[in-house]
Amino acid sequence: MSRPHRQGAAAHVFLIPWWLGLVLVTAVPMLASLYLAFTDYNILSTPEFNGLANFERMFQDGYFWAAVRVTLVYVAISIPLQLGFALLLALILDRGLRGLAFYRSAFYLPSLLGTSVAVAILWRQIFGDDGLVDRALSVFGLELGSWLQNPSLSLSTLIVLNVWTFGSPMVIFLAGLRQIPEELYEAAKVDGAGVVRQFTRVTIPLLTPIIFFNLILQTIGAFQTFTQAHVVSGGTGGPANSTLFYTLYIYQQGFTNFDMGYASALAWVLMAAIGLVTAVHFVLSKYWVFYGDD
Amino acid sequence: MTSATAASLRARSESAGRRARGRRDLFRHLALGAFVLLMLYPLIWMIVSALKPDHLILTETGLIPSEITFDNFAEGWNALNRPFTVFFLNSLLVTVGSIAGNLFSCALTAFALARLEFRMRRVYLGITLASVMLPMHVLVIPQYIFFSQLDLVNTYYPLLIPKFLATDAFFVYLMVQFIRTIPRDLDRAAWIDGAGPFRTFWYVILPLMRPALVTTTIFTFIWTWNDFFVPLIYLTSPKMFTVPVALNSMVDSESQSGVGMLFAMSLVSLLPVLIFFAVAQKQLIRGIATTGLK
Repeated sequence: MSRPHRQGAAAHVFLIPWWLGLVLVTAVPMLASLYLAFTDYNILSTPEFNGLANFERMFQDGYFWAAVRVTLVYVAISIPLQLGFALLLALILDRGLRGLAFYRSAFYLPSLLGTSVAVAILWRQIFGDDGLVDRALSVFGLELGSWLQNPSLSLSTLIVLNVWTFGSPMVIFLAGLRQIPEELYEAAKVDGAGVVRQFTRVTIPLLTPIIFFNLILQTIGAFQTFTQAHVVSGGTGGPANSTLFYTLYIYQQGFTNFDMGYASALAWVLMAAIGLVTAVHFVLSKYWVFYGDD
Repeated sequence: MTSATAASLRARSESAGRRARGRRDLFRHLALGAFVLLMLYPLIWMIVSALKPDHLILTETGLIPSEITFDNFAEGWNALNRPFTVFFLNSLLVTVGSIAGNLFSCALTAFALARLEFRMRRVYLGITLASVMLPMHVLVIPQYIFFSQLDLVNTYYPLLIPKFLATDAFFVYLMVQFIRTIPRDLDRAAWIDGAGPFRTFWYVILPLMRPALVTTTIFTFIWTWNDFFVPLIYLTSPKMFTVPVALNSMVDSESQSGVGMLFAMSLVSLLPVLIFFAVAQKQLIRGIATTGLK
């Protein structure tokens, strides 16, 4: 038998798990969920087709809009801050500083733990009544009480938590900075560019693909924030829906109310939103991401 | 000017430059050190609080406890109606199973996609890449329905089966990238010696893939250990709980169990991840830097 032929046959054997996964864990559930999005289904009875009713319901649903707002505010504020810190720290650490490995690990540690239940519990205590923050602020005469009970402050505790995990994009930035050839800086110096111009004309343009990569990755992740919101609010998304993250609302509808049809519709809206935001980022990237001379 | 004075002048200005750089570095170290302390303060506070008696946790914000006790650990371990030993063993089972599943299925898939010649290879690779971005919330509802119809809710099968079917596409991608860096001559030599695809995979590629396998192991460990959403949905009876779900149920009964116990158990739940981080730091950082995993 010829080599490619034999390889083709072998490939199908190697790909048996992948195929099963694609069909059973990904494709069929995706189609099923698309169908369920147009049904009324509470898991006990059979799904009943109800057309666009689930989507019409969303427009009327105050919780849905609260969830959309909370999630968008969270993404729009925490991602720029998180990436800003990541880039700033990467730049500070990059310039041949001793102890780089120590700082890198120390700053990475929060990323490692940031999505755990344990850290969410810690956050409850830090921002809770008489917590660390409350006590620190009362020194300055600010009596805010528990941030978690305050609808206008509770979301910011989760934004702080996300910014706190700037370590993982920072590590990626550091790797990117190391890829920039030293010759380019030399050439810029010969041409009379000072530190500032080297930064704006060499470092930043060559780093834009990495910035873009981090932006996409962190944005997609932030849209799916669940654990922190669930633990900090005790699963309610409160107070006054101020931490009702979109995925938390899907969870409540699907697994607390067992309204699986509506939850599926909500999930597809999330997927469409993530797809749309990612697509917009890709289109916009043409104007600011620099992919070498061509 | 003699060359000797020129040299001494140069030496003097160089040492002045060095001294200036030394001062700048010192300043940077001080600023960075302060920032590290600020970043890690919550974690340090958690450790210290876990060691304090309940009444001191919220009244002392400093880091030096006036009184040390291990009661929180002893009491917290048994605060729920079964000891944490059970939850740790459950988490361990799920984590080890997930690692085995990912190593097995992703390595097979990656080898086929990176090395074997067959039609549709590019399409398969494209599907794998696209599924990296797929939000799991779209799939989770039909998956839940599927597993509940098979009567597998409240077992570990829904957590483990997907891992054996190469659904963590991140790792497939990581391994494909890695295999591409292994010289093809090695495959050809094996083939000339009469090895088929299976023997080539097992005896040539797999041993050389070790770094990618290590990275996969580390990230699967951390993600699975911290995972909350999936166990929360599937594991309904307390004796099946993994550590994060158990911790979360401790929060719900916070009024009865003290804050100190909560801190102690949170800390204990993070220990395996912290130990893994301490041991595998280098590979972990390299893993993020090359692939963007969180």
